[in-house]
Amino acid sequence: MEPVVSVHGLRKRYGQVDAVAGIDLEIERGEIFAFLGPNGAGKTTTVEILEGFRTRTAGEVTVLGVDPANGDADWRNRVGAVLQESNAEPGLSVRESLQLYSGYYREPRDIDETIALVGLEEKADTSGTQLSGGQRRRLDAALALIGDPELIFLDEPTTGFDPSARRTAWHVIEGLRQLGKTVFLTTHYMDEAEELADRIAVIAGGRIVAEGTPGTLGGRNSMASTIRFTLPVGTGTDDLPTELRALLANEDGRVTLTTQTPLVHVGALAQWALARGIDLPDLDVRRPTLEDVYLELTEEPA
Amino acid sequence: MKTPAARGPLALILHQSRYDLLGILRNRQARFFTLILPLLFLIIFVGIFGNHVVPPGVKLSTYYVPGLSALAVIASSFVNLVISITAQREGGILKRRRATPVPAWVLIAGRTLTAVTVSLVVVAVLITFGRFVYGVSVRVSALPGVAFTAVVGSITFCVLGYALSTAISNEDAAQPMVQAIMLPLYFISGVFIANSQIPSWLRHIAQVFPVYHLADGLRSAFDPTGHGVGIVWSDIGVLAIWAAIGLAVALTRFSWLPKTASA
Repeated sequence: MEPVVSVHGLRKRYGQVDAVAGIDLEIERGEIFAFLGPNGAGKTTTVEILEGFRTRTAGEVTVLGVDPANGDADWRNRVGAVLQESNAEPGLSVRESLQLYSGYYREPRDIDETIALVGLEEKADTSGTQLSGGQRRRLDAALALIGDPELIFLDEPTTGFDPSARRTAWHVIEGLRQLGKTVFLTTHYMDEAEELADRIAVIAGGRIVAEGTPGTLGGRNSMASTIRFTLPVGTGTDDLPTELRALLANEDGRVTLTTQTPLVHVGALAQWALARGIDLPDLDVRRPTLEDVYLELTEEPA
Repeated sequence: MKTPAARGPLALILHQSRYDLLGILRNRQARFFTLILPLLFLIIFVGIFGNHVVPPGVKLSTYYVPGLSALAVIASSFVNLVISITAQREGGILKRRRATPVPAWVLIAGRTLTAVTVSLVVVAVLITFGRFVYGVSVRVSALPGVAFTAVVGSITFCVLGYALSTAISNEDAAQPMVQAIMLPLYFISGVFIANSQIPSWLRHIAQVFPVYHLADGLRSAFDPTGHGVGIVWSDIGVLAIWAAIGLAVALTRFSWLPKTASA
C-alpha cells in the first residue's frame, strides 16, 4: 500500500543555513509516528512543509499521494493539523468554534461526538478563550478532527502541560489510533514518544540521526543495562567475584555495573550475596531509557 | 443537512461572516468603538455646538451625521479589521483556518461582508437617530446613494486594513498604529470639523486620502439643495483607486502565518 507520507531528500535552506538538510521519511497508514528533536533541529520546518505552509528548497514530498505545495481543498479535506501555538476563536464557545470549522468541510464528523472524543463535554458552552491551556489544546485537537481527516499532524501537543493534562492528551491521541487515523506527532518529550509512537525518527541539525521503534531506536535494544546497588558496611567491591568486578563502571557510594546480559550477572550477584548472608535492598536493574538514547543522539558536537 | 462547504462559496461566505460577526459583537472593545462611539460623538457634538438652524436652512446636526457616518464605516472596516486580523494572525488563528479546506478568498470575503454589514447598520442607526431626535434633513431619494457609498467605502477600508496589517508585527502595535493614521485624517477630512473651517492647503492634503472622499460622498445625500440618487462619482473614483492600491499591497504582502513564527 502507498505510504501516507513519503519524503525523499527534503531540503530547506534559509540564507546560508540548511534548516533541513536532506531527509527521508516514510509513514504507513494507521501508524503513530513520532518526530523527535531539540528546538531548532528542523522539526517544525519539516512539519510546515508537509502541511503545505512552507515551500521547500529541494526534494520529493507526497502526503496522501499529493505534493503539499499543490494541496487543494480536496487534499485539505483529508488532512488535519494541530498547530504548535494557536489561540481560541475570539468570542466563540467550544461548540460554536466547532460549528464554524465543520462548515468548512463537506463531510464533517458529528460535533457532539467530537467534543466527547476530546473530553470537553462539560465545557461545550464555555468561551474558548476561558479554557485552561490543556483544555484549549484539546479544543485544537477537536478542530483538527472535525473534518474527519485520514492524517493528523500534532505539533508538540503537550508542551507546557502539567502531568495530568498530558495523560489526558495521551488518552485522546490513543483514541485516534482506535479510529484508524495516521498520526504525525512532533515532540521533545521522550516519555511521550515511548508511550504513544509505533515508530520514532530523531532529527538533529537538520538530519535524521536515528529511526526505529521505541524499543530499538539508536540501538537501544543492544545497549548495555546497568545494575546498581550499595554494599553493606564492611564489604568492599574487592569482595565481589572476579566476573562482576570486571563490569565495574562506577563506585561512588553506590556500585554500578554495566552489562549486556543483565540476567546472568544479577544471578551471579544474588548467589554471591546470599552465600555471604547479605541483602542488597536498593538493587536496581535499568535498561537505557529512551531519554539516554536521545541525549546521546542529539548531543551537540563539542 | 448539507454543510456550507457542500452548498458552495456563497453559503460558505455567509457562514464565515456570521461567526466573524459573533466575534465582534462579543468583544467589548469592538462593541464600544464601532457601535457606540459614533452615536456618542453625535450626542456630544450636538451638546457642545448646539443644533440651531444654519444656512441653507438645516439643523447643524445635519453636518455631523455624514461625517460621523464616515467615522463609523472606518471604525468597523479599517480600525476593527486591522486590530482583529493582526491578533488572529499572530495568535495562529488565520493559519489554523488555512489548514482547513476553506479557500483564502472566502475567509477574506466573509470578514469583509461582516464589516460592510456592521457599517450599514451603524450608519442606519446614526441617520435614524439624527432624523428623529435632532431633525436632521435627509433626502429619502438619496438613501440608496448613501448605502452604496457606505458599501464602497467599507470595502475600500477593509482592503486598506488588510494592506496595513502586513506592516504591523504584533497586536499591541495595531491599535496605536491605526489611530495615529486616522486621527489626523479625521480632523482635516471634514469628519469632526466642517470643511469650510479648514484652510484650503490643508484641505488639498486631505483630498489625497480616502477619508475625505468617503465623508464627502456621504454628505451629498444630506444636502437639501442636491438632487438625484446621491452618488458622487468623483469620490467613488478616488475610493476605488485607494482600494486598488490596497489590493496590490495586500496581494503581494499578506501572510496567513504569524510574523513571530519559529523556524
